[in-house]
Amino acid sequence: MEQSGCFHCGDPCDASTIIFDEKSFCCQGCKTVYEIFSENDLTCYYDLQSNPGTTPKDIQGKYDFLSQQNIIDKLVEFDDGKSQIVTLYIPQIHCSSCIWILENLNKLNTNISSPQVDFGKKTVRLQFNSETYSLKEVVILLSSIGYEPYISLADFSTGKNHVNRSLIYKLGIAGFAFGNVMFLSFPEYFEVNEFWLEQYKPLFRWLMFAFSLPVVFYAASDYFISAYKGLRAKILNIDVPIALGIVVLFLRSTVDIMFDLGSGFFDSLTGLLFFLLLGKFFQQKTYSFLSFERDYKSYFPIAITKILKNGTEQPVQVYDIEKGDRLLIRNEELIPVDGVLIKGKAKIDYSFVSGESEAVRKESGDKLFAGGKQTSGSIEMEALKSVEQSYLTQLWGNDVFNKTKEDDFTTLTNVISKRFTIVVLSIAFVSTTFWLFADSSKALNVFTSVLIIACPCAIALAAPFTLGNMLRIFGKHKFYLKNATVIEQMAAIDTIIFDKTGTITSNKQSTATYEGLSLSPSEEILLKNTLRGSNHPLSRTLYSLLNQNDIITLDQFEEHLGQGIEGVHQQDSIKIGSANFVGKTNEMALLNTSVHISSNNDYKGKYTFYNSYRKGLSQLFNKLKKHYDLAILSGDNEGELENLKKLLPVKTKMLFNQKPEDKLHYIKYHQSEGAKVMMIGDGLNDAGALAQSNVGIALSENVNVFSPACDAILDADKFNNLGNFIKLSKSAIKIVKWSFVLSFMYNVVGVYFAVTGQLAPVIAAILMPLSSISVVVFTTLATNWTSRRLR
Amino acid sequence: MSVIYILLTISIIVAVIFFIAFIFAVKSGQYDDSYTPSVRMLFEDELIKEKPKKSKLTNQE
Repeated sequence: MEQSGCFHCGDPCDASTIIFDEKSFCCQGCKTVYEIFSENDLTCYYDLQSNPGTTPKDIQGKYDFLSQQNIIDKLVEFDDGKSQIVTLYIPQIHCSSCIWILENLNKLNTNISSPQVDFGKKTVRLQFNSETYSLKEVVILLSSIGYEPYISLADFSTGKNHVNRSLIYKLGIAGFAFGNVMFLSFPEYFEVNEFWLEQYKPLFRWLMFAFSLPVVFYAASDYFISAYKGLRAKILNIDVPIALGIVVLFLRSTVDIMFDLGSGFFDSLTGLLFFLLLGKFFQQKTYSFLSFERDYKSYFPIAITKILKNGTEQPVQVYDIEKGDRLLIRNEELIPVDGVLIKGKAKIDYSFVSGESEAVRKESGDKLFAGGKQTSGSIEMEALKSVEQSYLTQLWGNDVFNKTKEDDFTTLTNVISKRFTIVVLSIAFVSTTFWLFADSSKALNVFTSVLIIACPCAIALAAPFTLGNMLRIFGKHKFYLKNATVIEQMAAIDTIIFDKTGTITSNKQSTATYEGLSLSPSEEILLKNTLRGSNHPLSRTLYSLLNQNDIITLDQFEEHLGQGIEGVHQQDSIKIGSANFVGKTNEMALLNTSVHISSNNDYKGKYTFYNSYRKGLSQLFNKLKKHYDLAILSGDNEGELENLKKLLPVKTKMLFNQKPEDKLHYIKYHQSEGAKVMMIGDGLNDAGALAQSNVGIALSENVNVFSPACDAILDADKFNNLGNFIKLSKSAIKIVKWSFVLSFMYNVVGVYFAVTGQLAPVIAAILMPLSSISVVVFTTLATNWTSRRLR
Repeated sequence: MSVIYILLTISIIVAVIFFIAFIFAVKSGQYDDSYTPSVRMLFEDELIKEKPKKSKLTNQE
């Protein structure tokens, strides 16, 4: 592979490169993984993909809780005393090599058998010998090769997840019956009065009847249930005319064959249901590796270390934490409950909660909020509340999390179907009345024919296929929707609200400007080299922002914790850090983060850090401002106000210092005034707002890591495409409307045959599939054509 | 001509057998993950190729 990158994970190797087996590795961990693989003849891993691995993290004592029996019971699926089966979620699974290595785990350890990866869900299911091996050892083995399983509180409550496969069964049954009925009814299409055909007609017809039974009573059950629910709620949804059509089709056909009036419409009946279910199946595209229903439970650990009165450590379930318990939070662990810091230096990363990437320092006695992640060493804290009562988790007690948005939303199809049903029923009654006087023997025939031919198969298919296809196109462009209804809701919005930190700003990079006396070249070299030695996040950022300079060896380097750094080279010295540290006392309190510099004890100036906004932000806002009300809700202070004003259109509303509840109420207020709101956020603090909004979009720098519950997840790189996505969802609605027109035309032709009493089964059998297929073809071509501008 | 009864019976039995096979396939979870098997299939060769070249491998599959 390339000289510069690590052979295992592909990260750039710096000074500390380890050369092993003529290959370079960035760290000891990667080298160890390589060693494990090569010892077990699994180096094939590297042939499948270059740099497939991920850097293994240091883990120690982190999985002690997995030796607790009650936690093991919750996690394993099957346990017969000799062997256990467990499914573990591994977010690191990202390429074909990962599948290969995980499915060869049994080569690494003989206690493991039949590991199986589900790439879509990013899980591995494996069986292990529980007499000689334990779950904890399995997890540690996986972690040591860079595939650390993610075990969260959500695993605790779900238990065994039930897969609903009924749609596939129904589709299979409908397809099976459709195919067989088609074969059996084929001879009769030609209406030849052949002797043997006449002879076996009844047998063929009763066979068709038999095949249609499971279709009507099982495959169509969803439509009956939905129609019944709709009628009870006094809504004429699309399933009402469909259910009516199915019932009439079945009864009329049965009567026809019973009294030898004709061959019945079993072919149309089974075909109709097959196409309808196919549409449903197509719309049901799910991104199994994403979850749109996450709450705090997916972020929280399942267990934490508790320190007992006598000083011993014991893993304890998070739900069992009580007020007054002493907890040990290790490096990189999440704080599960609100509490007070007792011992140790806390540096809490609240990025899960607020989207703010900079860690906050806390001293003992300070309050800690649940949801923060400790980032330097271990700390001890005392719990003040239980999990459910903590500040962050209380947000989930709000009502918005308990209702589903789809219930309040009437889809376009249902709007149409209401009028459609009324029109169809009136046509049926009018024509029946007419025939009652003209030729009463045909009246019932006409009545049923109208209901059969008007069965809105093509209308019911228009939306699933258009929106389903759009959903896939969006998915290809890294915009993942929860379901197809989101597209319709997106087309209806008029207000767009953005979160600031992490949403319109990028977490990855920031910019800094220098104010003050200009630095001489030698001072610049000294500055850069002093920063080089420091690990403080601000030093790292500033270091990467400064121009490349010669590397010199400092004579003296000192880091003053919480204040700054000091470097000496020959006669020159430099101080970098807070205002007080460099000797500037009359500094005004500023809202922005800045780093001050003094050279040889003379104050020089300061670097002020600004958030770096995402590419294309201004263009996006300028494009959106024509059609939408725009607003920014930020949990931060007003430090960026001036900057934002320069970037964004004048009428953009900006609100700062917004708490999670404030965001939720702000959206609620606008909705009560009739606005349809789209919220774009990223952190857990936006969770309430995302749930309250009509369309909540979570922006994510890496779609595999967690994002709060939402309707859609957008990859941060595609942020500037947002305008196009909204435009496309509007085009999708237009396409649906056009396919309604198309299917109405078929209906008009069909109703003509029905009203005049000439509807032969063969006409129904041609018209129904033809209308369905042409609608499907039209919607697919149209959606693909409109989305070609998405790049 | 009553042979048609036999033919019909056979054809329906065959159809039903395939239908039952389909139900079992769904039930066993074959349709739950439609991506991984397509990748897994390609690896089976790699394993066989590795085996004769290196002798360190244990003999369990």
